[in-house]
This record gives sequence, structure tokens and C-alpha cells, in this order.
Amino acid sequence: MTAPLLDLRGLSVLYPGEHGATLAVDNVSFTLRREKLGIVGESGSGKSTLGRALLRLLPQARITAERMTFDGMDLLSLPERAMRHLRGRRMSMILQDPKFSLNPIRRVGDQVAEACRIHLRCSRAEARERSLAMLEAVQIADPRRVYHLYPHEVSGGMGQRIMIAMMLLPEPDLVIADEPTSALDVTVRLQVLRILDRLVTERGIGLLMISHDLNLVRNFCDRVLIMYAGRVVESLPAADLERARHPYTQALLAAQPRIGGDRSPLKVPERRADWKEPIGPQP
Amino acid sequence: MKPVDVEDLSIRLGDVPILSGIGFSVAAGECFGLVGESGSGKSTVLRCIAQLMVHWQGRIRIGGTDIRRMPLQERCRSVQMVFQDPYGSLHPRQSVRTALSEPIRIHRLDRPQERLERALTEVGLPLHFLDRFPHQLSGGQRQRVAIARALILEPAVLLLDEPTSALDVSVQAEVLNLLSELRRRRGFTYVMVSHDLAVIDHMCDRLAVMQAGRIVEILDRAALIGNGARHPYARQLIEASLEHERGR
Amino acid sequence: MTALPRSTGLPLLRPLGNILRALLRNPPSAFGLTIIGLLLLIALFAPLLATHDPHAVDLDNTLRPPGGGHLFGTDELGRDIYSRLVFGTRITLRIIALVTVIVGPIGLIIGTASGYVGGLFDRIMMRITDIFLSFPALILSLAFVAALGPSLNNAIIAIALTSWPPIARLARAETLTFRATDYVAAARLQGASTLRIIVRSIMPMCLPSVVIRLTLNMATVILTAAGLGFLGLGAQPPLPEWGAMIATGRRYMIDSWWLVTFPGLAILLVSLAFNLVGDGLRDALDPRQMTGRAMP
Repeated sequence: MTAPLLDLRGLSVLYPGEHGATLAVDNVSFTLRREKLGIVGESGSGKSTLGRALLRLLPQARITAERMTFDGMDLLSLPERAMRHLRGRRMSMILQDPKFSLNPIRRVGDQVAEACRIHLRCSRAEARERSLAMLEAVQIADPRRVYHLYPHEVSGGMGQRIMIAMMLLPEPDLVIADEPTSALDVTVRLQVLRILDRLVTERGIGLLMISHDLNLVRNFCDRVLIMYAGRVVESLPAADLERARHPYTQALLAAQPRIGGDRSPLKVPERRADWKEPIGPQP
Repeated sequence: MKPVDVEDLSIRLGDVPILSGIGFSVAAGECFGLVGESGSGKSTVLRCIAQLMVHWQGRIRIGGTDIRRMPLQERCRSVQMVFQDPYGSLHPRQSVRTALSEPIRIHRLDRPQERLERALTEVGLPLHFLDRFPHQLSGGQRQRVAIARALILEPAVLLLDEPTSALDVSVQAEVLNLLSELRRRRGFTYVMVSHDLAVIDHMCDRLAVMQAGRIVEILDRAALIGNGARHPYARQLIEASLEHERGR
Repeated sequence: MTALPRSTGLPLLRPLGNILRALLRNPPSAFGLTIIGLLLLIALFAPLLATHDPHAVDLDNTLRPPGGGHLFGTDELGRDIYSRLVFGTRITLRIIALVTVIVGPIGLIIGTASGYVGGLFDRIMMRITDIFLSFPALILSLAFVAALGPSLNNAIIAIALTSWPPIARLARAETLTFRATDYVAAARLQGASTLRIIVRSIMPMCLPSVVIRLTLNMATVILTAAGLGFLGLGAQPPLPEWGAMIATGRRYMIDSWWLVTFPGLAILLVSLAFNLVGDGLRDALDPRQMTGRAMP
């Protein structure tokens, strides 16, 4: 087996504040190979903070870890310049809403091409060629027309496909996707996920999928980590999610309405202190 | 308990039709769902029924009375609405007490304190929450306060505009249970908008699938699980939702 | 119109302490606040602080330089400049208070009403506002005072008439964002009248930015008042208004610098103080800092 792409041991993220510090991520450990790993949790579980901590995008927070390596490099001690080289080029991030991640006053094609020129140092013409090819790869039917559109002229699903194109173009090793399809309609969501799935699998990219949606990670990922109150409480193969043993995971599954369900009152999780205790084999 | 009848409802924004020829009837005490994707006009239907939008054509009746002929006071006491975003639907500078007292003052209802306490108890919040402000409440608690505010005027019809889509799964379960129980206990008629078919299936008896300002098909809840829809778009939507829930 | 119930008054008191604390934490606004506090105290205790009668003419002691019984010297009629400055604070405060009391509500009412009601009413109100805005404030005040006759009260009215339009504009712009919110929709669904929605739902939301704008405006008000006084159209002699003091002192400026310097410094200091406090308020009234972040 190859060495893990991402190796985390004892990662904690602390936000200093006026009313005492907040521990957003509490002693999290996991490894990520070239696979699709899902992180599920509710708001406030620290899942998004975790994703941003990996890219060192939290200027206010204090990040500590026993080990936090990406492809053998220590992310904690890496100087900011080297970190800038990693971000975008080797580790990239797809955010929830393309409306806020694309520059509204530049044509989308130019933005994709710029990602190419910055990270791959290719010529203008080559960048354009590669961008068009990439837009085609995310199944945009008419890439030449879309290339010249502005972000407000494309739909949400199209925007997110453009974001995926932009993020995958520099051929990163790791992609962190933070709720990549939450802003999309259900019919578009599947389409975007399929595209992401195909590209990630074909190119052997490691994917960290952060989501609140249990169905999504179960269908899409290989492995799932469940986060609660800043901790990873359970880690299991996505296919076994229904057989989760941790009471919190079970409670989350039971709280979900299902099509064709029996319509009895949904089980409302009663938050218990012992939920913070992890269960099952730890990575 | 009052039925809701919508006939040939249309509204345009300039030259662009937002809704065209919407028609459905909801029996008294029924929960009727409106599903569709963003931009399909499902929330607009609710805003027309609530008279938050007035420049529509067609006919909307509640309990057999045309809502345009209903005096304001009676309309308010017939139909109320719960909004999607619990962070935006409560006035940030008003305490729970003020928010709940407003309708009582406007309608000059008797026994204000008793009504206040009953509404809060009904949504399962303790009485000391009366003096809290929205920023001191969690998302689920805010949505409970918003429901309590809608209940105070004792309407027969509640319009629910994505009441849980801004909430976490566990909080969504709480709010859905509360809404189901209120309907069972008080016999409300619900018109519920959601993009989540699982939520609609859990709550509603029948549903209308909307696309681009039109209703493409009205279905029974039972048609969802086996995807018994006939219209291609409705089939596609249900298929995608089933696939999302069950995987490939 | 319904009387404002206690519940909207009370919650305003608690954040007031927080705002004050935030102002004091920031050195520039703390400085401004101190100056304004001093100004209030001086106005309150003017008779005790003044060393002379501000109106007492002493023709044997004209144009005395600072020192020797007259802290800031005397003017051309032998009146004590220090005492006149001290009593002048009362006039300055009176101008600020009256202008604010007139301008705040007018601007707020016109702005929120035309923003919320919209349509033809909005268009008419905003064109009127445009007309007022298209003249420089001082010129318009001059015209008003010329028509009404020069006096302190007319100057206050003239300043008030020229300074409500920016407030109304601001309140209208804010109202346009608030009228689309769900809580306003909820209030409409409850049968609240237009007046009730404006007063209960919209005005409290517009208030912070209006207060900030008014505070920043005070510096301009002071300067306009001084300008009118200087031109002889504001406070009339022998009132110790600072602008008027500079106007009369101007003739002796070359030989007796103290006649214009001290009133000038007073104007500078006070308008600076209000500007600093206004800036501080803008930071402090950030809604996230209004009340402590108490989550259940």
C-alpha cells in the first residue's frame, strides 16, 4: 500500500475569543489515500473548520497537531510561500456556492485559464486550449460559448461545473469539497456529482467531501467520518453507514425522513455527553 | 378547518410570466405539498395566497371565501405563514414577547398573557424564553417562535415555505414532528413548499410538481415511492430524489 | 399612532452601556467623548466657571492679551474672552440639540415612509429631497436666514431645513433593504398597518445608522452655525456665539491674535470631537457587538 496522501494525528483548532477560547476541532486523526473520504456532521461540528485548517486558511485560529503531513510535507511548519505553492496547485478547494467563488466581473473562461497559467506556467494560447478541454471534461456542451460568459449568465449547476473545472485543471493531488452541491437542485446535483466522481477516479485524486448530507456521502464516498462537537466519533466504510454503531450516527440516520417512510414521528436525537466518545476502529 | 382553492392563478413581472394557470384544491385539514426546483415559482404561490403579492390574476378561496373579498382582519385570522429562514423571519430587535404580542395588540384580543403562554407552550418552549431575543436562540428555537407567532391568531390555514431547509437534520426532525402534531391536534390545513421530496412525503397527502411557473402534475403521496408520475419532468425529479436517497 | 411600549425602550438601555464601553476602548472616540463630556459640564456650570460677566463691557481694558486676570485676554469692548467662550458652549449646545431634534425625526420619518410606501409618494418626496440637496448647505441656509431675518433661532431653523435631506436619503436606502425581509412580511400577514410597520419594525432598524449620521453631521452643524454667525446672520451681538466672536475679532486679528484664535480652537475641538465619536459609533453599532453573544 502506498503512503497516505494526507496524514493527520491529533489535529486541534482553537479559536481564541474574548469569552474564552473555542475548541472547534478537537484531537482529530485520520489518513487519506487516493480515495473519496466523506466528513459528515451538523452545523458547529467543526467539519468546515477542519477543511480550512488543512489549507491553513484560518488566520485567526491556532492549529496544533502531533502530525499533519501532506505527501510527506509537514503542513504545520511549511513556510507561507511554500504553502501558497501547494494551495491551488496540489491541494484545491471547491466551495458551496459558485456565485461567491467566481469573480463576477471576469469571463468564466478567463478565470479557468488564469488558474492554468498561474499553476502550470503555460502560454496564453495553451491555457485557453486546456481550459476549453477541461470545460468539455465537466460536460459543458458548448465550451466555446460558455468560455465567454460572465458568472451571472450561467446557472448554479453550470457555475459549479466551472468551479470544478477550474480546481481540477492544475491536476491537484487533493481536493477538498465543502458542501459542493448543497446550493444545487436535486436533478443537477447528481449530474455534478457524477462529473466530479469520474474526474476524481480517473485522475487518482484524493477527495475530502465535507457535507451535512448522509445520503450524499453514503452514495458518493468510499469512507465516512462522522463528526460531532469537534471530534471524529465514528469512522466506517460508506456502504456500512446504515449499520453504524455510534449512537449519534444512529440518531442522525433515524432523524431523517425517507420517501415511503411510515410517517411515524421522527426520532429526535437527545444530545448526550457520552456522544463525544469515539467508537469503532480508529484510523 | 378550512379548504383552500386556487384557480387559474397567474402573475407576471413585467413581461415575464412568473406563474401561469396554477390550480389546485386542498381539503380542510389536508397537507398539500408544492415541490419543484429553484425558480419554479413554488414560494410565489404561497406569497400570492398570503396576499404578500397582490398583482395576480385568478381566484384564491379560503373556506369558500374569495381572499380578495375578505376583510384584512379576517384574512389574517384565516391564513398565516412560516418562512424558510428562521434568522430572517424574526425581528432582530424584538424579544419573543414583543414578537408574539404584536398580533394580539393589532387584533385587540382578550387575555393576552394567557394566549402568549399557550402559544409558547404549544410549540414546546419554556415560558422564560419570552424575554429572549432572536440572537439568543438556536435555529430550531427560532423556527418554533415563528410557528408560535403564526399560531397566535388561530388561523385555519398555515402556509409553510421550506420551514426546515435551513435547519440541521436533527432539528428538522423536531420541527417536522411539531408541525405534524399541531395538525393532528388542531386540524390545520397546510400548504407546504419544499425542494426535499422526503420531507414532503413525510408530511403531505398529495403534492403538485412545479416547473417554470406551472404545475406539471398533481400526485398522490403513494405515487412517489414507485415513481408513478406520468409527466417526464415529474418523473425525472422523483427519480433523482429516489436515487439521491438510495444510491445507485 | 400607538404609544411605544416599554418593551422597545428597555432593550435599548442594555446595549447603551456596551456602546459606551466600546467607544471608550477606542482612543480617538474616547478622546471625542471626553471633549463632549467636558463641553456639557462647562455649559452646565458656566456661571461658576466664568471669571467675568460675558456681557460686561470694560472700555478701559480693551484688547488685553492673555494673562493678568483675563485668561484668554479681552476683546475690543473689554469683555473677557474666556468667559464668553464658556457661555458660548451653551449656544453651541443649543444649536446642536435643536438641529438634531428637528432633523433626526424629519429625516427618519420622510426616509422610512417614502422607502416603505414607495410609488408616487416616494418619487415626490425624493425629488423634493433632491432639490434641497442640489444647493450647498451654507448657501441655502443663507437664503433662508435672509428671508426669515437674522437671529439665532432663524439660523437653527435654516440649518435644520438644509440638513435633513441626507438623513432622509440614508433612512430610505436602509428601509428599502428592510422592507423586503421576512419579518416585515410576517408583520404584514398579522394585519399590521403601514404606520405600525414603519414605526415598530423599520424605524428601530434604521436608527443606528441615523444616529451615526447625525453625530457626524453635528460637526457640520457647528461649522455652519459659526459660518452664519461670522456672516452676521446667526446669533446677534452681544451673544457670545463663537462664529460671531471670530467675525468681530477679525478686524483686530493682526495685532490681537487671541480674539480669533481661541474661539477658532473651540470650534475646531468640538467639531473634531463629534466626528471622532461618530466614527467610533459606526464601529460600536455593528449589530454583532450590540449585545453580548449569549447563546443558550
